[in-house]
Amino acid sequence: MDFVQLAIVGLLVGSVVGLGAMGLTLSFGIMKFANFSHGDMMTLGMFLAFAVVGNMGLAGPQMAPLSIPVGLIAGVVFAAAGVALLAAGVDRVVYRRLRRRGSATITMAIASLGIAIMLRAAIQLTWGPLPARYSTGINPAWRLPGDLLIKPDQVLIIGLTLVLAVALYLIMYRTRLGKAMRATADNAELADIAGIDTERIRLATWMIAGALIAVAGVMFAVQAQLRFDAGFEFLLPMFAATILGGIGNPWGALVGGLVVGISQETSTYWIPSGFKAGVPFMILIVMLLTRPRGLFGSTF
Amino acid sequence: MPDLLAPLDTLYLVTLAGMTNWSVGFVTTIAIFGIVVLAMNVQWGYTGILNFGVVAFFMVGAYTSALLTLPPATGFSDYILGLELPILVGWAGGAVAGGVLALLVGLPTLRLRLDFLAIATIGVAAILRTVASSADNLVNRGRGMNGLPRLFNDLVDGSDYKWVLMGTTLITLALVYLLVRAVTASPWGRVLRAIRDNEATAQAAGKPTVRYRMQAFVLGGAIMGLAGAVYAHRVGSISPEAFSDLFGTFLPWTMLIVGGAGNNRGAVLGALVVGFFWFGTPLIQEDLPGSLGNQVFVWRQFAIGLLVVVFILWLPKGLLAEEPRVSRFLPRTVAGPPLLQRLRDRFRGRPAEDRSGT
Repeated sequence: MDFVQLAIVGLLVGSVVGLGAMGLTLSFGIMKFANFSHGDMMTLGMFLAFAVVGNMGLAGPQMAPLSIPVGLIAGVVFAAAGVALLAAGVDRVVYRRLRRRGSATITMAIASLGIAIMLRAAIQLTWGPLPARYSTGINPAWRLPGDLLIKPDQVLIIGLTLVLAVALYLIMYRTRLGKAMRATADNAELADIAGIDTERIRLATWMIAGALIAVAGVMFAVQAQLRFDAGFEFLLPMFAATILGGIGNPWGALVGGLVVGISQETSTYWIPSGFKAGVPFMILIVMLLTRPRGLFGSTF
Repeated sequence: MPDLLAPLDTLYLVTLAGMTNWSVGFVTTIAIFGIVVLAMNVQWGYTGILNFGVVAFFMVGAYTSALLTLPPATGFSDYILGLELPILVGWAGGAVAGGVLALLVGLPTLRLRLDFLAIATIGVAAILRTVASSADNLVNRGRGMNGLPRLFNDLVDGSDYKWVLMGTTLITLALVYLLVRAVTASPWGRVLRAIRDNEATAQAAGKPTVRYRMQAFVLGGAIMGLAGAVYAHRVGSISPEAFSDLFGTFLPWTMLIVGGAGNNRGAVLGALVVGFFWFGTPLIQEDLPGSLGNQVFVWRQFAIGLLVVVFILWLPKGLLAEEPRVSRFLPRTVAGPPLLQRLRDRFRGRPAEDRSGT
């Protein structure tokens, strides 16, 4: 395939990775542990939207020129709310207990792996092992100058990523909540002393991270099939993007996601596509060797 | 999912021969998992190194032993080496390969935050599976390596072989247990615990902590490689998809958390208890009501995730807690409270002691 065409596909993959990584880096920066259930939260988001358009049969007509049905708008809202509540609930039941006990953050990382296994099993139990789709609608590509192809769905995905990135920017830098989140990430004890209810901030962080990863999951599934292990495969690229951008730095994570996505897809210009999954890993290792604090600095 | 014991059905189990066969196979499998969990104890239990890619080391050991012991590739297969060496050499090669992989993974990650190593190791497992299933002329791709030689070939005939296999695996487990117990009780092992509990203090005492961590990580990786080699000759054929994260990483992790990290007897006990649950549930599949019976494989997966969370929350030290006495030269005064006492304390709301510092 043409190199520029591959870069467009990469931009798309990068948008999904970047959106997911923005949530991952926020929870990493504030909770101080790597959340290994982030990938399976993504899968849950995909399937919650499917619950609306598939299981409940609320798909409605196709929104031409997009392939997706009208009902997916309700689906994505439902998915974002559902995953946000789940993430906050898990924090209440599991991580908060560990925090109060003064557990090492690494213990929370192990607990998050347990949560990941439970989530994946629960998704399989609810929706079965077979792959699913949001719609069978066709989505003819637009032809750009230079014989490049881009589908309307793909334009929507890239656009939505930009909108959500701007929204997150406004929350982080134009609201009191965002200021409190940054303070908590910087030094939770000091934030506590300054009168910030850090437990509330943590809940808000989980909800934002959950909503973002759910939207990322739905956006991925618009393009591909829903599979119970699809989200887990995004875990490594999202971690690579998080570390590339600097832990706790959402803009870094978005840029990191785009870098990971574009380099992964354009790598197939030179190497067999079976090996492209190794590219995010190579980026991760190179970053750990050279700049473990990320390109744009980390809140740690 | 490679369920070693899956082919057996309940009807078969009713007969005495069936029961014996199942038990011998079960004990062999648990012994292999026991070796893996002991290796994880060296890395996590004693040193605090979080390895979420256990299956990668196991897989490298299995493939290395296959490549060393199988005859050269013929027209229908494509793999490198094929040296037809004795199985013992294959096992040694598996251990070396696991150790070398640990060295390679440890170099960029062991001086950084502990979660970075966990992230990297999850990646290593995924990459190795991809390479094994799609690289040409390496390890026969998705078709896998088949017809691995049996232990003591020709010396025993068919029906006795399972006993030989079980005996050899148990002896290997015992040797690994003695090795791990010896090194973790040694002065070297005490440094590992010191690093785990408070790295800054260990550094202040003049210990090169990164080097110690690397040594523990490589030792653990080598033992995992050995376990993979033992597994490969036990099952006779291996393929990339057999080495799933669930089977090779998450299941052993549950065994370690349940058994008690930092306690070698706990590691083996965890392998036995969780293993009995994991490999035993398919046996009762037909007795379960409809939908539960159909989905028993997914339910048991849910259950091991739940076990990890429940143990971390309410029994963070596992069934057998770590011995507080770090040397046999110390007086026997400090004994940890027994399991029932710890459970009682938990439900009366007294906070369980937890590992801090790392």
